[in-house]
Amino acid sequence: MLGAMLHEAWQAMGANRLRTGLTMLGMVIGVGAVVLMMAIGQGAQYAVAQTISSMGSNIFVVLSGYTAVGGVRSGGGSAPTLNVADADAIAELDGVDTVAPVHWGSVQMVHGANNWNAAVNGTTPAYLDARSWPLAEGHSFTDSDVRAATRVALIGRTVAENLFGEEPPVGKTFRIGQAPFVVLGVLASKGQNLDGRDQDDLVVMPYTTAQRKVFGTAFQGSVRQILVKATSSEAMPALEKSIEALLRQRHRLRESADNDFTLRNLAAVADSAAETARVMSMLLGAIASVSLLVGGIGIMNIMLVSVTERTREIGIRLAIGARQREILLQFLLEAIIISVIGCLVGLSLGVGGALLVGYLTKTAVVVSGSAALAAFAVAASVGVFFGYYPAHKAARLDPIEALRYQ
Amino acid sequence: MALITIEGMSKSYVTAAGPFLALKQVSLSVEPGEFVAIMGPSGSGKSTFMNLLGCLDRPDAGHYLLDGQRIDALTPDELAAIRNRTIGFVFQGFNLLPRMSLEDNVALPLVYRGLDRETRRARAREMLAKVGLDGYAASLPSRISGGQQQRVAIARALVNHPRLILADEPTGNLDSHTSQDIMTLFTALNAEGITVILVTHEPDIAACARRQVRFLDGEIVEDSLTPRQENALC
Repeated sequence: MLGAMLHEAWQAMGANRLRTGLTMLGMVIGVGAVVLMMAIGQGAQYAVAQTISSMGSNIFVVLSGYTAVGGVRSGGGSAPTLNVADADAIAELDGVDTVAPVHWGSVQMVHGANNWNAAVNGTTPAYLDARSWPLAEGHSFTDSDVRAATRVALIGRTVAENLFGEEPPVGKTFRIGQAPFVVLGVLASKGQNLDGRDQDDLVVMPYTTAQRKVFGTAFQGSVRQILVKATSSEAMPALEKSIEALLRQRHRLRESADNDFTLRNLAAVADSAAETARVMSMLLGAIASVSLLVGGIGIMNIMLVSVTERTREIGIRLAIGARQREILLQFLLEAIIISVIGCLVGLSLGVGGALLVGYLTKTAVVVSGSAALAAFAVAASVGVFFGYYPAHKAARLDPIEALRYQ
Repeated sequence: MALITIEGMSKSYVTAAGPFLALKQVSLSVEPGEFVAIMGPSGSGKSTFMNLLGCLDRPDAGHYLLDGQRIDALTPDELAAIRNRTIGFVFQGFNLLPRMSLEDNVALPLVYRGLDRETRRARAREMLAKVGLDGYAASLPSRISGGQQQRVAIARALVNHPRLILADEPTGNLDSHTSQDIMTLFTALNAEGITVILVTHEPDIAACARRQVRFLDGEIVEDSLTPRQENALC
């Protein structure tokens, strides 16, 4: 029975190809727009996720307090309230994966005829781990380099290009002031962070070297920030509390005293960026859905015309023994076939369009199977939803009236 | 037992000029194997009566027993099943579906009966052969003559082996020669034992039937058994 009905539906659609085609076009455009917009939206989400993961995931940053001279406050990290011992103590807490103390500043550096000003991060080898930052070339410095304050450095891609140009930098030296530094490795490129700052414009070296041989820090062992990587995002809330408690205890702060450090959760920043991308993605999808709705109304419109045109046919079918639900099913099938075929065409056009947009604009475009599946399910439901009323109308026709219809 | 027993059947319609009583307390009984012609001027209630006979409509009052079954108590789906299996319809305008081949047209009642494709094809071809149209199975209705279309419609009416054939002016759109062919076919079917009831206003067509029932103003005014007449067009 269903086979015969499908065959008949196909015949009925073939009898008026242009009209069927135009009705389908509504669905094609609707589904195509949804798939394309979803792909672009998800691409944006993907791009944000990439940026976030380049900052390192599940990271806390502990900043030292500020100095105030005559009411002029110098901002976070300016007072020597954090030190390497604090970092070692934090490393003992539950839920901590990696801890890296960081002391930073910016200096002018020279190689041959080139000079460049870049940020210097004095830290421990764990820093690369915490930020999930691999090396593109060479190898990292070790704990013994930290103990001995050797003049070694890892340089970012931007620094490598500006100081060394085309030369391979590993094993070469550059100068800071009069002191030579050996390049042990080049960091893999990370691109911009969420603020748009170039993360590759950086030199990483042992914090001992940075403090003694670059900045000449007054308080040896004090650091401006401590990077803490948690074992998982679930562990972060508990860890945040225990870090705060630990540092207050270590710094002997009284109950009433304010923290002499600042604890920042980078995951929260990342979450808000991801949320923005998600909202944008949903907005695009919602706008595209309007065209899907219009396509559905087009189907309903044409099915209503079709029912009126075929009133006599419906009368004949009822007279020779068709039940109401068989008439209903027949018209519903036509609507569903139109929307499903329209959906398949729209799906392929949408995917093709998304790939083209990705290719032309060089932006990330993500075509996911689940989005395609959802579009398909929506199209089938649009067919049922907008096909039901006309089909119901057909099924409820009075056979005598229908047979008399000219 | 009578195939059709109708007692005190009434039907009225609401028109712009108020309610119109199309059938007034009509009673009729038809035995299996009868050949009945229903006659009368337009507006006499014969079409209304045929619609009620064909289970396409429900009476306002009265009883209708078809093949021992109380029709007035059935659901729409049960009525559809009776139209499908017990009754075969033949219309004045043939009423074939224009997009379907003749074979598919004839097989359509079998689709609603739920038979499989092979059985449907075999039965449809058998019926086309019976009305003398074997070899036309794949044609479209628009490619054949009116008389042939009416034969296909009869094949469709016969395909479920009904006990009753209801024909509403089956020769109304045909010339007299073709009408004669169609009436000969009905006579042959009646000879096989199928009960045939047809509506006509042509006396020579009605003369093919052995029983004539005449309607006027919603009532049966004449119900006569006549032997086969010389002028009969069959």
